[in-house]
Amino acid sequence: MLVQFTAWDIVRNLLEGGKWTLALSLIAFVLGGAVGFAILFARIARHRLLQAFAKAYIEVFQGTPLLMQLFIVFFGLSLVGLEVSPWLAAALGLTLFTSAYLAEIWRGCVESVPKGQWEASASLALSWPQQMRHVILPQALRIAIAPTVGFSVQVVKGTAVASIIGFAELTKTGAMLANATFQPFVVFGLVAAGYFALCYPLSLYAKSLERKFHVAR
Amino acid sequence: MSLVKIAGLHKHFGANHVLKGIDLDVAQGDVVALIGRSGSGKSTLLRAINGLETIDKGELVVDGTAVHDGKGDLRALRQKVGMVFQQFNLFPHLTAGENVMLAPTVVKGLSRAEAQDIAKEMLLKVGLADKFASFPDQLSGGQQQRVAIARALAMQPKVLLCDEITSALDPELVSEVLAVVRQLAAEGMTLVMVTHEMRFARDVGNKLIFMHHGRIHESGDPRQVFADPQTPELANFVGSVQAA
Repeated sequence: MLVQFTAWDIVRNLLEGGKWTLALSLIAFVLGGAVGFAILFARIARHRLLQAFAKAYIEVFQGTPLLMQLFIVFFGLSLVGLEVSPWLAAALGLTLFTSAYLAEIWRGCVESVPKGQWEASASLALSWPQQMRHVILPQALRIAIAPTVGFSVQVVKGTAVASIIGFAELTKTGAMLANATFQPFVVFGLVAAGYFALCYPLSLYAKSLERKFHVAR
Repeated sequence: MSLVKIAGLHKHFGANHVLKGIDLDVAQGDVVALIGRSGSGKSTLLRAINGLETIDKGELVVDGTAVHDGKGDLRALRQKVGMVFQQFNLFPHLTAGENVMLAPTVVKGLSRAEAQDIAKEMLLKVGLADKFASFPDQLSGGQQQRVAIARALAMQPKVLLCDEITSALDPELVSEVLAVVRQLAAEGMTLVMVTHEMRFARDVGNKLIFMHHGRIHESGDPRQVFADPQTPELANFVGSVQAA
């Protein structure tokens, strides 16, 4: 028996999928931000081993496709006997991906704080953690806000690859609906509109932040 | 007994030998002016005194805290040595008052109230008592530099280093900063300054050091040294500065 899909059925299912896209994006962004912050510190530390580790971490995740990273997490973990759901694999993979990019973006922000700020705080006898905490990070943070929000757009779009390992977010839901309704153009048009509805406000926000902090400088 | 003692100090930037064995004694209350052409090593020498430049070889002792061949407790050293920079380097996210309060609270562990009192006192000293709540970008260059001086003084350093502190200022703002330095000198503060203000060096300094090719080429009482240079290099330098 063929099920008839009304337009509302399509939209309702897509909204359900969109909910998971949003959840996955948020988790990847928040956890990726936390891990990225740790990687940032390893990257700018004066400890050579930590620095080398952070460099390699960033290079690996920036130098391989997100899809491969997801495959490796998903199939790799099951290979060593850890059965992970597509949901967990996608969240883990995207978190790692996000952390590498955010660490690199933030490193750029820390390094754009003028050298004189390091020298002035050092000459006041502040230790390295004190310099970071009270002088460098507060300034780097202002610089970081706009590019960080801008990058969140990449995370939202990046969640689409989770469909390949079978996680029913927006894209996967769209694919299933397209198969069932034989209306791929309409369905994927709606899917694209869904991503746009999530991303466009973010990029507008990033632009307004950029202007705001540009004027403030 | 000398407050700052430098012996056999060497410094390289890669293959470039910028300080070639510096010996220098600064006594309590001395006002030392370092002059010389750019690249002579005067700024590097100044920056070595608080560890912003590492020392390859030689000894540096400030009030009992020693750095030998680049090894020593730099933070202990820096608590005794204040520094004022050419570009002010105020912390732009903090108000003038907070700029002055930061090190006393964070490094010395004073309470906010104690640090606030010190900051008010120091800002008053540099004539900016009313600018406590102003951010650096709301202040003129001369005011920013005076806040930077207050910030350094708040740590009660034994010696204050000044690295061309008027060079980035508009000409009309130079005198207000020099007036503060002059007052510090009169109060007995030990000062070591790299400067292009020759007249100021002569009037306020009690010791002049002419650096040339990484060495102390000539030194002595400023009036005497300026009036009667013993080496052609210094005579040449003094002539070129006065002509300018």
